[in-house]
This record gives sequence, structure tokens and C-alpha cells, in this order.
Amino acid sequence: MEIKWGALAGTAGVSFGITVAVVAVFALGSLALARRDAAREAAAAGGPGQGAGGGVLAAAAAVCFAACAAAVGYGIYLIAAR
Amino acid sequence: MEHITFLVAVVIITALAFDFTNGFHDTANAMSTSIATGALRPRVAVAISAVLNLAGAFLSVEVAKTISGGIIDESAGVHPEVIFAALTGAILWNLATWLLGLPSSSSHALYGGLIGATLVGVGTHGVHFDTVVTKILIPAVAAPFVAGLASWGATRLAYLITRGSSEQSAGRSFRLGQIASSSLISLAHGTNDAQKTMGVITLTLISAGSLGAGASPPLWVILSAGLAIALGTYMGGWRIIRTMGKGLTDIEPRQGFSSESAATSVILASSHMGFGLSTTHVCTGGVMGAGLGAPGGQVRWSVARRMVYAWLMTLPAAGAVGGAAAWIAGLGNAGVAVVGVLLVAGSAAVWFASRRRPVHSGNVVDEEPEPLPAAAATPPPAGIAA
Repeated sequence: MEIKWGALAGTAGVSFGITVAVVAVFALGSLALARRDAAREAAAAGGPGQGAGGGVLAAAAAVCFAACAAAVGYGIYLIAAR
Repeated sequence: MEHITFLVAVVIITALAFDFTNGFHDTANAMSTSIATGALRPRVAVAISAVLNLAGAFLSVEVAKTISGGIIDESAGVHPEVIFAALTGAILWNLATWLLGLPSSSSHALYGGLIGATLVGVGTHGVHFDTVVTKILIPAVAAPFVAGLASWGATRLAYLITRGSSEQSAGRSFRLGQIASSSLISLAHGTNDAQKTMGVITLTLISAGSLGAGASPPLWVILSAGLAIALGTYMGGWRIIRTMGKGLTDIEPRQGFSSESAATSVILASSHMGFGLSTTHVCTGGVMGAGLGAPGGQVRWSVARRMVYAWLMTLPAAGAVGGAAAWIAGLGNAGVAVVGVLLVAGSAAVWFASRRRPVHSGNVVDEEPEPLPAAAATPPPAGIAA
């Protein structure tokens, strides 16, 4: 009887790393989006200089969500290529 | 020849019936946490999951060449009667656990039925017990911990990163993320589990001489297996969805996304690395990890305990029914007919029992804070879906 402990440990490690990475990036995107909304509201309320970072934050959110979308695409590739 | 044709037809219908129960048993794996957080409305969730299960059945290029992945010795004389008996055990166990709202592994039910039926119908030399340990027992123990750890870590991190933003804005984006992650689980499920039924049907056709040895599943087999699992998924195993989405813990969008991402990663990583883990065990572990990872989060251990009992029971129970069915079916045509009648009667009994205690009023976890949307959205005459 040969138990593939290596494969099990590898599965555990890889899936832990990928999960944490994807969720962290997604959370950062969510955070950027929330900050942008806050900046917009502040700008609408007339706060000086508050609206400036909105574009940067939106771009950061887009990068984060694009990275997550790429992970989803890789997942579909893994399913289809099996 | 006529006898074989009749028996083969019975086995194919039974295999599709198992595929159907597999679908509604496992809808919860992909969709329960998305339904619980309101990311998807219940009916929409099961519709998406059904379409992706069907798509998944066509997606994989790897053809199901074995029924069991080496757990039973298919060359030792596994007759259609044995497969029929195995499917009987698997279906009845799936229905019983559904009635109790317990997420148990459909794969384990099938393996259990196959092992029991093979032991009785073929003998001990038909079962590879070392493969049972390496392919079933160890993965079953490992899966919830692997997925739970990943989900726990991801949940902690998600709350840490988004602690400054409002619940509302975090909830909005994480709900959208959940749609993607739970869809991916559905797709992977269709690829895995519909293949099992295709393998069962194909090998039955080969053993009956209708197909050449090593043949690929014909299109109608792929289509019917995909449709059976999709239809089952669309019926929605609301009882199990309620247990996983509301019973085990209270799920919030960040937890739902973390648990679904963990489940997706573990399922894909494990099948990529040749260490197949049961979707059900993985998803349940993910939900529990997410429950513990959130600030002040808790898991209802009484529910978890009942679930673990069901996991432990799955293999022996489906095996016992499969073995008994193999013994009866081995008596000849009349025996096969008796097993068929018992299967239909047993399924009908479970269905009537489920109608007596619909999911929204009884047979659910005690700590139910409010009626589940899934139950409210289920129309009363929805048959087995209730």
C-alpha cells in the first residue's frame, strides 16, 4: 500500500497558497473600490483634494479583479484540460 | 440475449437515476453559501449550477474508463447485476441522507455500493482493499482539514484587509465574487461526477457486448448523463443546502467567497495532483473553516457531528444495501425484478416522508434564526425538490 503523502502535502500547500492569494487580492480590490466610493462622496460633498485619488483607486481595483479573473480562467483551463 | 438487453436497460436507467440523485445531493456544495449570503437567488443559483453541470459533462476530454478508479477489480467478473445492486445501494443512501439534510459524499455512496455488491456477487478478490484505504479513507479524513485550513486562512485575511470598509461595500463586491467561485465549483462537479455515470453505463455496454472493449462513451451516453445530473441539480437539494448554508454556521459574503475559493482550489489542485478529494467533504470543510475564521465566528458542532456520523456511515451503509441487493439480484431475473421493486418502493417511501415534513417546517437544525429563502422560494407542489 503506497500512500502518496507527498501529493497530499502538495495539494494542501498549493491550495492553501492559491486560496489565500486569490482572496487577499480580491479583498484588496474590494478595499480599493470602497475607498474610491468614499473619495467620490467626499469630492461630491466639496472636500478639497479628496477626489484626486479616485482614478488611481479604480485602476488598482481593476488590476486586482483582473488578477482574480485570470485565476478563474486558469481554473476553467484546468477543468477542461483534464 | 433478450435477458441481457433488458438487464442492460435496467442498469442504464438506474445509473441515470443515481446521476439524478447525485445532482440534487451536491447542489449544496457549490451553491449553499451563495444562496445563504444572498449572492444568488435560490432558483437562479440552481439554474446556473445545472447549466454548468451539463457543460462540465461535455468539457472533459478524459473519458471515464473505469467505474471506480481501481477500487474494484472490474475484470474479476463484475456483471450488470452487480452494478445494478451497487447503484441501488448508492441511490437509497443518497435519498436517506437527503431526507435528513446531511451532506454526504455521493462518490462514497457509489463506492460503498460497488464494494458491497462486489463482495457478495464476486468475492473478496474483486475488491482492492489497499486502494480503498488510499483512495477513499485517507482523502476523506484529509479533505475537510485541507479545505478548512485554506478557507480559515483566507477568511481571516479577507476580514483583516477589508476591516476599514463598510459592511455594505465589502458585501457587494464579495457577493459578486461568490458568483464566479460557486460557478467554478459547479463546472468542476459536472466534469467529475457526470463522468462516473458515463463510466458505469459505458462499462455495462461493453460487458454486454454492445460496445467494443475500451470504447469511448457514445454521444447519447454523454448527453443523457449530463442531462440527468443537470436536472437533479436544478431540482435543488434544499434540505442539504439549508444545512450547509445556514445550519453549520452563519455565512457572510466574505466567508462565502473564502470558503468557495478554498473549495475550488482544493478540488482543482487535488485532481491535478492525482489525489482526488470528495467535493462534499471539501466544501463542508471550507464552510466550517470560514465559520471559524471570521471574528466571533462559530460552528454549530452538533450539526457537524451528525454530518461526520453520516460520512462514517456512508460506505458501510451503501455497501450493506448493495451487498444485499447483489445477493437477491444474483438469484436470477426474478431477483433483479425484486431489487427493482424494492428500489422504487424505497425511493417512494423517502419521497413521501419528505412531503410529510417539508424542509421549511421540520427536520432542520434547531438554531434556525429565520426561514431560509430557499425554502420560501420552493413552490409547494415542487415534488422531490421540496
